Amino acid sequence: MTPEFILMLEGVNKTFDGFKAINDLNLYLDKGELRVVIGPNGAGKSTMLDIITGRTRPDTGKVEFGKDTDLTRLNEYQINRLGIGRKFQTPSVYTDHTVFENIWLSLEGSRGLWQALVSRLTTSQRDRIHEVLQTVGLAARADVKAGSLSHGQKQWLEIGMLLAQNPKVLLVDEPAAGMTDEETAKTGELLIGLAGKHTIVVIEHDMVFVRQIARKVTVLHQGHVLCEGTVDQVQNDERVIEVYLGRKKKEKPGPTPALAAH
Amino acid sequence: MLRSFSRTEAWLLLLAAVVGFGVLPALNTFVSPDSFFHVSTFSLSIWGKYLCYAVLALGVNLLWGYTGLLSLGQCLFFSLGGYCLGMYLMLMIGNLGQYKADIPDFMVFLEFPKRFPETGGLPPHWIPFRNFWFAAAAVIWVPALVALSFGYLAFRSRIKGVYFSILSQALTYAASLMFFRNDFTFGGNNGLTDFKFILGYDLNSPSTKRALFICAVALLLGVYMFCRWLTSTKFGLIQRAIRDSENRVLFSGYATAQFKLFVFVLAAVICALGGALFVPLVGIINPSEMAPDKSLEAVVWCAVGGRGALVGPVLGAIGVNSLKSYATHAFAEQWPYILGALFVFVTLFMPKGIVGLPEQWRTFRRGKKTKPEDAPTSTPSTAAKPAAE
Repeated sequence: MTPEFILMLEGVNKTFDGFKAINDLNLYLDKGELRVVIGPNGAGKSTMLDIITGRTRPDTGKVEFGKDTDLTRLNEYQINRLGIGRKFQTPSVYTDHTVFENIWLSLEGSRGLWQALVSRLTTSQRDRIHEVLQTVGLAARADVKAGSLSHGQKQWLEIGMLLAQNPKVLLVDEPAAGMTDEETAKTGELLIGLAGKHTIVVIEHDMVFVRQIARKVTVLHQGHVLCEGTVDQVQNDERVIEVYLGRKKKEKPGPTPALAAH
Repeated sequence: MLRSFSRTEAWLLLLAAVVGFGVLPALNTFVSPDSFFHVSTFSLSIWGKYLCYAVLALGVNLLWGYTGLLSLGQCLFFSLGGYCLGMYLMLMIGNLGQYKADIPDFMVFLEFPKRFPETGGLPPHWIPFRNFWFAAAAVIWVPALVALSFGYLAFRSRIKGVYFSILSQALTYAASLMFFRNDFTFGGNNGLTDFKFILGYDLNSPSTKRALFICAVALLLGVYMFCRWLTSTKFGLIQRAIRDSENRVLFSGYATAQFKLFVFVLAAVICALGGALFVPLVGIINPSEMAPDKSLEAVVWCAVGGRGALVGPVLGAIGVNSLKSYATHAFAEQWPYILGALFVFVTLFMPKGIVGLPEQWRTFRRGKKTKPEDAPTSTPSTAAKPAAE
């Protein structure tokens, strides 16, 4: 009997104009885990998210959510409605709307056209929005336009927009990019706090940040899983060192400065 | 619904209603033609025409300003609405045309009786347009159907940005070429004209013209209030969210194609209503109304007035058209250049149009007062370390 995974990619392949972006990729996510995916540029990290969220169709392979939902047959909004939320690499928030409205549009509930025309904000929805804003630390900025937030605050707002959807799986693409050290640490705490309630996949480059949040790390290389394990295991793995540094490490393995300081 | 309006806006709407429904028609009816305050029936018709254009501009703005869809083919829907009512008006001429025949003049000289002998020359699809209410319904469903088919294909294929603009322009161009053909049964390049009656009233009498003007005021105010309501709902928020970050909306579980299709059909109907009223006011509809340059003009009105706000396109449509009727009298040849220069000027120096001027002025004043070193320090993000990728 195979154990139950919340999200499973098996034997996934994707080629763009002859370039093999994803090559026999296998990834299994347990319910409630916080997984960090790292890998050099072009390793296929974002393509993997595109495949999970329906933006890209894989050439071959299985992508399953829960017991038996085949994600390769669904489109972006259908996959989102199943409970898979995605945060983009560059913060994408509705700059002309207030922070409050940004969360409102993301709030769990009807996505229908007719509902959008007739529905009004209920008190319980209002409370929920404020709760989300508390969680991401933007409660004081509820009424300002999202466009006037700092870069870090926009990233948090987008995480808040995901939370408002109450997703089962959160896919977070480089949440710490462009943040100050302080903001990065705060983001890490936020994500650790959310693990357990949600299954979280974080794609990240910043190894300090990875160290802060990671329990299990998956290393992607040329569209394939190179290795999986704890941060220490991964950082000491010969193959990982090779792909990051572009040469074989001859001396004794150890946390390489280049990796640690990246 | 009332909550959607701000206090100032409500007062301005009331003022517009008083002027449009009361003052102007009264100055036309009760003030003697010699008086300075007299408003001639002719100018009332001209103003009615501008108001129809303002309705068209509201339709363009609902797409461009609020949903980020720059359609360069909205005059197609405007004209389709016009043709639908125009067909009814043609049939109401009866046998008072040049040829004293029971069918419209162009059908006589294009020898339609030979083509459609069983109906005495009237093409079968013209027959139901004898009924005003059928024609009025067609003003809505014909453009809606065209918009639905085009929009469905375009949005399903995820055609966006400039590609959508070009396709919409191609659509209206193709339609105009089709309507130019005599055998398309809509009067070829002459279009539909020489109307005499609407609902039994003489179209040339001042009282009918006055009534049509009042209808145009009512239509504009109605469409304006509808747009204000729509943009104040959650739907309106989603609309603008699609404009600013469509992927975020799509990946938040909204079927954005449906939302865009709905707005597109709605905007088509709005434009068509403007076009339908335009025809009895102006007395003619022909395929040049759906030529691509007309739709471009409508886009310029929006840009000049300011597409961020609802009132912008209304000001732009009335303003640019007043300028046009002056300029085409004074220097007709140069009008396209003037229009082009206006568009370039507005895009470069007044990105928010006329309605954005007060804000621009305030920013300008503030910029003058604060010296460079007093300027607010950089945002926290600039102090952040560079992104890894």
